[in-house]
Amino acid sequence: MIRKDTLLAWPMIAFMVLFFLAPLLLLLGISLRGAEGGWGIGNFVAFLDDPFERGVLVRTLLLGAKVTGLVSLLALPLVMLYWHAGPRLRGVILVCALLPMLTANVVRTFAWVVILGRNGPISQTMLALGLVDRPFSLLYTEMGLIMALAQIELPLLLLPVFSVLNRADRATLDAAEVLGAGRWRAWFSAIFPQIIPAVLAGWVLVFASATTSYVTQSVIGGARLIYLPRFVYREVGVLFQWPSAAAISILLLISTGIIMLGLTMLARHERLRAHG
Amino acid sequence: MADTALIPAERARPDLGAILYWGFVWGAGILVLIYLIGPILLALLMSFNSGTTLAFPPKGLSLRWYAALLDPVQSEPIHTAAKNSFEIALCVVVMVTLITAPAAWALARAPRKMVNAVEPILLAPLVLPSLVYALAALLALSLLGLGPSFIAVLIGHSAVFAPLMFRTVLGLAQRMNPALEEASATLGASRARTFLRVSLPGIAPGILAGAFFVFMQSLDNVSVTLFLGEPGRTMLPLRLFAMLEESLDGRVAAVSGLLILAAALLMFTLRRFTGRAAR
Repeated sequence: MIRKDTLLAWPMIAFMVLFFLAPLLLLLGISLRGAEGGWGIGNFVAFLDDPFERGVLVRTLLLGAKVTGLVSLLALPLVMLYWHAGPRLRGVILVCALLPMLTANVVRTFAWVVILGRNGPISQTMLALGLVDRPFSLLYTEMGLIMALAQIELPLLLLPVFSVLNRADRATLDAAEVLGAGRWRAWFSAIFPQIIPAVLAGWVLVFASATTSYVTQSVIGGARLIYLPRFVYREVGVLFQWPSAAAISILLLISTGIIMLGLTMLARHERLRAHG
Repeated sequence: MADTALIPAERARPDLGAILYWGFVWGAGILVLIYLIGPILLALLMSFNSGTTLAFPPKGLSLRWYAALLDPVQSEPIHTAAKNSFEIALCVVVMVTLITAPAAWALARAPRKMVNAVEPILLAPLVLPSLVYALAALLALSLLGLGPSFIAVLIGHSAVFAPLMFRTVLGLAQRMNPALEEASATLGASRARTFLRVSLPGIAPGILAGAFFVFMQSLDNVSVTLFLGEPGRTMLPLRLFAMLEESLDGRVAAVSGLLILAAALLMFTLRRFTGRAAR
């Protein structure tokens, strides 16, 4: 039964089912395909059994967790500043958060290649301050990669939180302060609960995008730090191992999916509690 | 601070807690702001660098890399790649607008139950790694006996980026007052006229914002383009990443400068436009 007034929605739904969902189901299908025909989870078992390949999966998930952690630390003071700021400063902060997100990936990655390089500002400043005695490069290190990804993904956490703060009621914080709660307590008890769902939503985006940013991972992480996206690409582009590549990407989806699902359920729970 | 006036006088006198609090908020806040925007400004600065290497700080300022970038002989591969990318991005925007805007508009009026049922599939590409999708799409193509092609990239980009516009249009359509459309119909306007004069202006900023996001993302995408595109038709991001990995050429900085300028210009026009529409 299709309602007449929703008719216009169906072309898009059909498009997404046919061109988005169907290929993914195919991918899932082939990942369950055994080497000698037949079906089974052999590809998954083979991947998880191999210590090196399992290590790549774990390293990728850890990268996501580290980036999400750093992004959260960085976001806190800026979110608080945004909350206290007047409309003009809020506009400036919003522009600063939007601009990195809107500039191309190549620009952000290029900027970090320069920053982390031997002749970049970090190395040169520390050399000038006498903290190190020769120039050094943070390129091709995980630390450099995490720093770059944190800057690149920060807007994904900031923007949903800002949009909640725009709607939030300033009176609650004032009330909490007038009632004698300290500033920190007032902030964490009056404002923080309101932004929790947005924070969780932002975490999902940051985690998903940090674990799968093929380009930044390969350019900044280099050839020695191998994460799942590059691994998958090698498996298909070089080795033509379709079933195993499919299994690896499904594993990536499942592991990020579980984390996202957990966070989403947590967010829903928080929302229910807030409105309950 | 606007809100100090609301704090009773005895609480407004400076104490250690206040210094710590405002120090954290302003000090750390500004530092993070610099972290956020610094790399972009740095990329911009490096594009005016006059040296042969991209050393920091730049030895002098010049437009030599922009000149090198515009040089039709030296930068011919970049120009072709840019042309290919713009073509795709424009086609993707048109295609996404045609399927997404009507859908978002219709779903804003649909029963909540139906929206909840279809929204996950319409928004899934936002969280699904585009690399995984690219792999799946290439698999589907090869099972159909087809090779990489322009159409494949077009469909792939449209499927992955359609949610960006869906979200912006749905947001506006849901906030639109249905009474406006009813009033237009009651006053005797035809359905088409009501749509063109009342509904469309209401969702136009969402379409515009969405089109802008889709265009930039399509221009920027690597994985789908890499897997579904014909090897002979190099796209801009692939060309630039090759340059980034091989030789750190000053022209990458110049392209970055242009892309930053484009993002900034579009952002400000968009803010003006959507800001006025929201008021």
